[in-house]
Amino acid sequence: MSALLEVRGVSKRFGGLVAVSDVSFSIAEGEILGLIGPNGAGKTTLFNIVNGVYKADQGSITFAGKDITRYSPDKVVHLGLARTHQIVKPLNDLTVLDNVTVGACFGREYLDMAAARKVASEVLQQVGLGDRADLVARSLTIAGKKRLEVARALAAKPKLLLLDEVLAGLNPTEVATMIELVRKIRDSGISVLMIEHLMQAIMSLSNRVVVLNLGRKLAEGLPDEVVHNSDVVEAYLGFPDIVDKLTRTD
Amino acid sequence: MILRRPFFWIILLIAAGFIYAPLHGNNVSLREDLILIAIAIILASNLNLMIGYTGYVNFGHIVFYGLGGYVGLYLTTVRGWNLVLSALVAGVVVSLCGFLFGLAILRLRGAYFALATIGILQAVQAFVSNFDPWGRSTGMYLSFASYQPLGGARRALWITYFLIIAVMALSMILSLAIKNSKFGLGLFAIREDEDAAVVLGVNATLYKAIIYSVSAFLPAVAGALMFFKNGMIDPSIAFEYMLSLEGIVMLMLGGQGSVIGAALGGTLYEKLRSYLLTSPVLSNFHLVIAGGLLLMVVLFAPGGLIGWLYRWVPRSRKVIE
Repeated sequence: MSALLEVRGVSKRFGGLVAVSDVSFSIAEGEILGLIGPNGAGKTTLFNIVNGVYKADQGSITFAGKDITRYSPDKVVHLGLARTHQIVKPLNDLTVLDNVTVGACFGREYLDMAAARKVASEVLQQVGLGDRADLVARSLTIAGKKRLEVARALAAKPKLLLLDEVLAGLNPTEVATMIELVRKIRDSGISVLMIEHLMQAIMSLSNRVVVLNLGRKLAEGLPDEVVHNSDVVEAYLGFPDIVDKLTRTD
Repeated sequence: MILRRPFFWIILLIAAGFIYAPLHGNNVSLREDLILIAIAIILASNLNLMIGYTGYVNFGHIVFYGLGGYVGLYLTTVRGWNLVLSALVAGVVVSLCGFLFGLAILRLRGAYFALATIGILQAVQAFVSNFDPWGRSTGMYLSFASYQPLGGARRALWITYFLIIAVMALSMILSLAIKNSKFGLGLFAIREDEDAAVVLGVNATLYKAIIYSVSAFLPAVAGALMFFKNGMIDPSIAFEYMLSLEGIVMLMLGGQGSVIGAALGGTLYEKLRSYLLTSPVLSNFHLVIAGGLLLMVVLFAPGGLIGWLYRWVPRSRKVIE
């Protein structure tokens, strides 16, 4: 399998703060890669570097064979790399349908209005917002806005989708439907890179997991390996042997 | 297709009314009233492209109108070009200037952009006041001979009037066309959240520069026609800062983002202003009223008249654009 996205030695500093330091990883086609780490580990910053919101100080990013390190976010979308935001950014005064139409209009296929509207309606059905199409985006619930984020990104017909905490703030039922949705997205042939705190979701969805701590890559591997890695446990809980202590039966 | 929009035909009907009313009975004083309303509609409609569609407040929009007037008057008087060609060239030249200004200042957002537009207005006015070929601060006068190719002064004024009405109709049609286009959708996305728009694939830098430049074209053409009609131009009337501000009041009053809102606001405000200006008690009081009006609109009906209508009759959104 060839790598769809290849991130090599990427670093980013803001003044004296090193937010991301020498991080490398890759994503194969059709794969779901989970990105986890404690708060402030640099996960969202890494997303922002990958899709061009921030420019990396060092390192390179290759997507579908193209070097996109210096690309602006709008160009990155045209190549087929779409994302959602952790803090939702709905286009408040536009209807839900128009929000998604923007994604389709300016996405990978650069559709005209009529075609974009059609794609947008289909995507809204897919994410379960079909009956909300004519509402203004500001009137959606938080769960609805999260779905809207996903719908807009999907309407761009991406090859790779970056999901930034789409499960945060959802209730258990909503989480279950969202997990199902992500699985369907993967099955339709779109690779996914997801930031998530909810371990249940990461464990059930990811093919592989990358762990970030204090801007550095701490571990990488299969979900099961990673959660038992003592460095990872220490980063999250403070004591490397806490799992042993807690699970000891004597 | 824009021809299928009922609103397109309403615009043509309005323009036909503007032409028929003064022509019927050769009513020159009505024509002079309507010409001011037409100019107000042109300025408000094109300002709407920036403020209502893209969310960028332009305090110096009048600079396009004034520059258009200067280029137009220079070409007709000094170069002896015909009026229509001069007005079109004025539009193109000013649009190009707008594109360059835009690339320079559209990196700024919010209040900083608004401040920069005032700076542009001041800088252009200062430049023109010291520019020899354009008569420095005394300005330029049209020679009476310039009316000859159009068949004398009386006919020339009517022809200019018809051309200005045409520009008014085009302004509204342009607003309507952009509103229903992919380009317009990109602008709306920028207005709602520029960062989100860029992440969704909108090339915001380019889009903003284009709309800034487009919003310059028809006001510049109108300026060329209007100052040809007036027969003279100088920096203080060409770049009248008050008119720039009043354009914003018109837009807020009618309803920013709406095609008919801009036109309605322009009409109502111009009516009010000419009433207040001519009334002996209230002369020069109109700016106080304008300020108060803006305050009331912003506080109690931020969507203007059309926004208010949308709120009480939601179905009107589908018909009134």
